[in-house]
Amino acid sequence: MFRQNPSRLTFALAAVLALSFSACKKKESTETSAASSSTILIGEVGSLTGSEATFGISTHNGIDLALKQINAAGGIGGKQVQVVTIDNQSKNDETALATSKLITQNHVVAVLGEVASSRSLVMAPIAQQNQVPMISPSSTNPKVTQVGDYIFRTSFIDPFQGEVMARFASENLKAKKLAILKDVKSDYSMGLSQFFIEQLKKSGGEIVIEQSYAAGDLDFKSQLTAIRAKSPDAIFVPGYYTEVGLVARQARELGMKMPLLGGDGWDSPKLYEIGGKAIENSYFSNHYSHEDQSPRVQEFVKNYKAAYGATPDGLAAMGFDAMMVLAEALKKTPDLDHKKLRDAIAATKDHPGVTGMLTLNSERNPIKPAVVLKVENNQSKFVATISPSAAPTK
Amino acid sequence: MNEFIQHVINGLSLGCIYALVAIGYTLVFGVLSLINFAHGEMVMMGAYFGMYFAKHFKLAEEPGISGLLLTLVATMIVTGCIGWCVEKFAYRPLKNAPRINLLITAVGVSLLFQFSGQLIFGSAPQFFPQLVEFNLDTWKIGELQFNPLQITVLGIALVLTVVLQTLVFKTRTGRGMRAVSFNRDLASLLGIPATRVISLTFVVGAALAGAAGVLVGLVYPKIDPLMGSLLGLKSFVAAVVGGIGNLSGAVLGALLLGLSEEFVVGYLAPTYRDAIAFAFLIIILLWRPSGLLGVNRIEKV
Amino acid sequence: MKKSKSTPHLSVIHRFWFIPAIAAVAGIGYGLEAGLNAYAMSLLANTGISILLAISLNWVIGITGQFSLGHAGLMAVGAYTSALLSLRLAPALSLTGLTGFAESAVFSVNLLIAGLVAAFFGFLLGLPSLRLKGDYLAIVTLGFGEVIRVLFLNIDAFGGARGLPGIPNSTHFFDVFSWVLIAVLIFSRILNSPEGRALKAVREDPIAAQALGIELFQFKLKAFVLGAFFAGVAGGLYAHFLQYINPQGFDFNRSFEIMIMVVLGGMGSLTGSVVAATLLTILKEALRPLQEITHIDFRMILYSLALIILMLLRPQGLFGSKELSLTFLKRLGGKR
Repeated sequence: MFRQNPSRLTFALAAVLALSFSACKKKESTETSAASSSTILIGEVGSLTGSEATFGISTHNGIDLALKQINAAGGIGGKQVQVVTIDNQSKNDETALATSKLITQNHVVAVLGEVASSRSLVMAPIAQQNQVPMISPSSTNPKVTQVGDYIFRTSFIDPFQGEVMARFASENLKAKKLAILKDVKSDYSMGLSQFFIEQLKKSGGEIVIEQSYAAGDLDFKSQLTAIRAKSPDAIFVPGYYTEVGLVARQARELGMKMPLLGGDGWDSPKLYEIGGKAIENSYFSNHYSHEDQSPRVQEFVKNYKAAYGATPDGLAAMGFDAMMVLAEALKKTPDLDHKKLRDAIAATKDHPGVTGMLTLNSERNPIKPAVVLKVENNQSKFVATISPSAAPTK
Repeated sequence: MNEFIQHVINGLSLGCIYALVAIGYTLVFGVLSLINFAHGEMVMMGAYFGMYFAKHFKLAEEPGISGLLLTLVATMIVTGCIGWCVEKFAYRPLKNAPRINLLITAVGVSLLFQFSGQLIFGSAPQFFPQLVEFNLDTWKIGELQFNPLQITVLGIALVLTVVLQTLVFKTRTGRGMRAVSFNRDLASLLGIPATRVISLTFVVGAALAGAAGVLVGLVYPKIDPLMGSLLGLKSFVAAVVGGIGNLSGAVLGALLLGLSEEFVVGYLAPTYRDAIAFAFLIIILLWRPSGLLGVNRIEKV
Repeated sequence: MKKSKSTPHLSVIHRFWFIPAIAAVAGIGYGLEAGLNAYAMSLLANTGISILLAISLNWVIGITGQFSLGHAGLMAVGAYTSALLSLRLAPALSLTGLTGFAESAVFSVNLLIAGLVAAFFGFLLGLPSLRLKGDYLAIVTLGFGEVIRVLFLNIDAFGGARGLPGIPNSTHFFDVFSWVLIAVLIFSRILNSPEGRALKAVREDPIAAQALGIELFQFKLKAFVLGAFFAGVAGGLYAHFLQYINPQGFDFNRSFEIMIMVVLGGMGSLTGSVVAATLLTILKEALRPLQEITHIDFRMILYSLALIILMLLRPQGLFGSKELSLTFLKRLGGKR
């Protein structure tokens, strides 16, 4: 029953609702900016719920641990540091709103995030346009830092990690025929396998079959059966531990005995639980090894276990390092000027991080080594360190 | 040839998992004409309850079929109760509302379970204890590998289908269900306690989902709060393909879906696996709108 | 119904009221851009995109009774078309780095193409599937949406899983709300025409409508294609708002999200959809402080609970199929 032309009102309503809301939002913004003078505010956008929450939470814990240590040591320049964390439910749109809220409402001096490269690519343009430095703890897609000069990361990038595992496969394992099983839904997995293939071909290896799955799948037997028919020396599975454990089980069920290889997405105590005996004798590259005996790493592992009751995975270590790199740069910029802060982060050199000595290059990516770990007796055992020196600069 | 037969075995065992979830879907739809989007989440709840139950009583330390049966029964009782609550508080008040409202409520319930699941159980995936253990080497014929677990699942799915079929077609309650499904008001007038029948249908559906949760956890020992979403959707596709509301149709649809996914990955384009499930669905529905074994219902004026 | 005839000079204003409205949108837009911070602006843009999605789906579900769950797929088609136009075609025609009016003009053409492509896909989807009824239509459209998403995931030209980064930031207040305005205008014009009454007849009683000589299928298809057009435009606006798209953003959960807005506002009520889309978009943001206090994200739990409770207490949605109008408001006031 349409009594009259509803268009005018519909539209007027939209405009009024939107305007009244933005008006009250504006008031709020002045309040928060006043509060930030006594503390240093840092923003964090993380996937604390949703499909990638398990990674977001590890990263968040790492950041949180670093924050507690900084504040316990008296803060930065006498000021306490506060991290405003916003959950984006592992969604792109929420990420965009969260980032602009942090920058324009909370007036943070810098933003930390995101785990997934796709959502870092949503954050980066916003941070760049507002000239607020952003550090991604673990986005490995090279495109993230290419967005602009305010975007940094503390993890190595896909090309390097893909190359590490390809070199390891051909040099250490002497594997000639490799199969690939990648996660088609994950940009990380796609990137890793691309660079793995490039490097493997250079070292004379051969990819006998490429198969894929989508994150969230439970059954991988069809892919594995197809792979089995080509009898490769090893299978590269650059996915997340959430699926890799099941992949390993089903591979062994099908009677496949060759080792599986993977990247930092494997790193979680849950891998050994889900994979059980099946994942033994597999190898993956990582940012650090928690059994590294250097006091820096041991102290981090001890503190993390005390705080969260779990062995820290690579993502936690990188969250910790990202926060520490930012804190170091903040110490050099007492006036909290965004431009100066950016320059200070860019000048990071030989930062003693948990994940190794960290130096940022001109592309705002770190130069640091990767480690290769072997799964043995439900634990990861250190096998080799592969340095980026031989890596071609890309 | 070996590879082909292995693919068939894999496809059938994947289909069994879908079948288990699909029969619960189809039962509720058959009686209520409601697409219960929360069914997949009920599977998830079942898996989590089964995990906590098995961990609490340390059932994985002495693997055996009795531990599995115990967990199954306990889980079915608990999810049945949850199903009863959901029906009473979320669906029953809406019995005279348009169908789309019921659908939205079902989406709401499913979101509620997903997000409270993430808060309560944590969003990291959990390992499902291995309640039964088999020596895989004895389940091998030449190059062909069978998974005894999945044969168990197939067995349980078939038994449950037969039990349900008997329940619906051979018992008084089943006659009530069919009467309510045909015309709820008329059934009430004839003295069939429609409310109770609907409630019972839900409880049975939820208990089935619980059992499916435990078995899925057993076969794929990684459970997480969002696991029900995709599994539920695909099983739903299977139920529709078989003819929604038809129990044996659901099993047929599930096995077909399992096989087609398997062959797409094995021989065509592996990355299109999910698209195939849905393309399959679209083609079947356009060609035979009521599904393979469904009866075409004529909409009344 | 009992509307008195307005004086001639007033009716001119009545008919062409949208010209000053567009001017007002432009004015307000530029004013706000200067006065408001980026967060408020992006919230406004987000709200506007939600409104556009909700009213275009309401057009399909609420006005013609076609229960579609493929809106996210159509939105994806629009978003990818529009993003590719900006990323691939615009540089070739040296149409990058524009500002102000030129940017808006180029962007409008871009969105128009995105909308048309989405409308074409809507046509392809509608042609076979609109013969199905009720739940089956819902299932087929849901499947269509998923197939579209998997296609984008698998085709390298569309960026695959890595998505399309670097889309220019062209979605401004003016673009969003002038498209909302155009959509509202077209929908309400049609509603008040003989075709509109035919559409409503199709919704209320398709069989009777057919008996009265309404070409049922053709009407459904036309309405569906129009809805698809605006879903595509919304997709284009979304792509240029986020500056990055990947297939993850267009899964079936988004279709549900849009459908929830429609049902919440009341199926068949355009004003209802506007209110619901605005409320839901803004409520999610307004509840953020709760998360900052508790450190747990309760928002989605509250959201799903609110949804269930609202369905129980007010099954017809906030406004039912009524429009919020001046007379409606007056009657509300009169009752008290």
